[in-house]
Amino acid sequence: MRITDIDKSLFTNVWIIAETIGGRVHPVTYELIGAARGLADARSSKVAAVVIGGEADASLFAYGADLAIVVNAPEFSGFNDELECAALNYLIEKHKPEIVLCAATARGRALIPRVAVQTVSGLTADCTGLAIDPETGDLLQTRPAFGGNIMATIRTSNHRPQMATVRPNVMKALPPDPGRSGEVIRETLLGGAVKNAKRVIETVRGGEAQINLGEARVIVSGGRAMKGPEGFNMLKRLADKLGGAVGASRAAVDAGWIAYPHQVGQTGQTVQTALYIACGISGQIQHLVGMQSCGCIVAIDKNPDTPMMRLADIAVTGDVFEIVPAMTEALQ
Amino acid sequence: MRIVVCVKQVPGTSDAKIDPETKRIIREGIKSVMNPFDLYAIEAAVQLRERFGGEVIALSMGPERASAVIREAMAIGADRGALLSDRAFGGSDTWATSYALARAVDTIDTMSKASGGVDLVICGKQAVDGDTAQVGPGIAAHLGYSQAAYVEAVREVKQDSITVQRMNEDGYDVCEIAFPAVITVVKGLNQPRVPTLRGVLAARAADVPIWKPADIGAALDKIGLDASPTRVVKTAPPEPRGGETARVEGTPAESAARLVQLLKARELI
Repeated sequence: MRITDIDKSLFTNVWIIAETIGGRVHPVTYELIGAARGLADARSSKVAAVVIGGEADASLFAYGADLAIVVNAPEFSGFNDELECAALNYLIEKHKPEIVLCAATARGRALIPRVAVQTVSGLTADCTGLAIDPETGDLLQTRPAFGGNIMATIRTSNHRPQMATVRPNVMKALPPDPGRSGEVIRETLLGGAVKNAKRVIETVRGGEAQINLGEARVIVSGGRAMKGPEGFNMLKRLADKLGGAVGASRAAVDAGWIAYPHQVGQTGQTVQTALYIACGISGQIQHLVGMQSCGCIVAIDKNPDTPMMRLADIAVTGDVFEIVPAMTEALQ
Repeated sequence: MRIVVCVKQVPGTSDAKIDPETKRIIREGIKSVMNPFDLYAIEAAVQLRERFGGEVIALSMGPERASAVIREAMAIGADRGALLSDRAFGGSDTWATSYALARAVDTIDTMSKASGGVDLVICGKQAVDGDTAQVGPGIAAHLGYSQAAYVEAVREVKQDSITVQRMNEDGYDVCEIAFPAVITVVKGLNQPRVPTLRGVLAARAADVPIWKPADIGAALDKIGLDASPTRVVKTAPPEPRGGETARVEGTPAESAARLVQLLKARELI
């Protein structure tokens, strides 16, 4: 909603949209609560976790939420953008949060822009920094732009709520305190207010698509030098050992060695993992824009002078087919 | 079937170099290209028209030179296009951009009502310059259309609905959405065709109308910088990547051991 300075104070509290997968709370939810906690403390307000299509898990409070706002009904069992958006519009109109944080997952990135448009709110995608401006109390949202070449700080001065998405593994969850508890507010929506134009027919988990690049803390990524699908099996063994996921360059995906959901780079996914291990990836610019914001970049290549080897924090000169198994072995 | 495809002109990266100091990409002097995800959107639209008839209309917003991406879309099968271009659109954030595009879709819908109006809007999942993925769902939100983001396959098309497979981090789901609808598509959906010489020549000669706010009934207080809820208040170079590259050489076992040691020291493993 467009606001003036006078009615700014009507908007209070920091909301996070809880993300659940098959009834389990997604870890990014706790990271959002961790980020929200600091903002709410700076604003002397509360952290509310909004749960749509589920129940308020005690862990939400343990990780720092003060209250949970729950909307549960059978129609929320599959991901129905329109109905979830209508629910959030209703809740936002009623409770007037000052800030709304949402995970930058496929689901969050589909849902929250719809909510931001319909509630006439500002929305900033993929924030890596969130802070309260001590002078105005506005949320300062920092995000990488142009493939991480610029860090832009964005402000929503005249609209409330201020909305932002955050990728998994970017913010830190607080240590859980099992003794903490909170208030649960149940909301019921009046049915039929929104024309339901969507029927979710099936929801399939796992399989090839279960690669969670966006959620991984570590990615072991391979390029053309992996020579074939077997090379990626070798990377998978290392990734498993590190609790990470397997990524790939476009060349490897186009060669059919690994499926598209693994692709990192301009036409794949942009990732910001703590550790990125590039195996035999020369470092074409289209790949670099997708991973240059990772915390620590390791490159392994026979050629010590590729763009990736020059970009890397740690550059290992050698044959990936020898180094990777040796590293997997060393981690036993 | 009438399909609007939204396309965007973005800076290409093919010629970019890395700054040796900051280890970041230098983009100055880079030529413009069509957002790569939009190619899959156009291909999806053209394939649907080939199966079900109708027309494909390419839509973009940007400076006048952005008509190049409309022509590019026409060279690979779009029937016609239009470009929203006016100073009043300048500085629009994703809210205002999706408003303007939604107004244009609505205008096309109104003009073509006699022949069924607009059934489907297709966008690439995101533009590679902003990376927000907000404009597709934003257009749907402004129009009140149903939406499906991250579409990786079209399963079925009926008279009044489309069934699509949506990719997510955990697998996928399949949903049927009623027309009119907006879908955003990922790369795996199809293999975009290469333009033919004939297509390129025809597109070059084609008339690409420039639409101003009044042409699409856009309220001036909902477009441009002043109407945008978000505003960039500061830009700064990112933190340079931490100093020197640590070089590891030796036998595979030595290198692996050294690498594990370095990663442990950084508490990464």
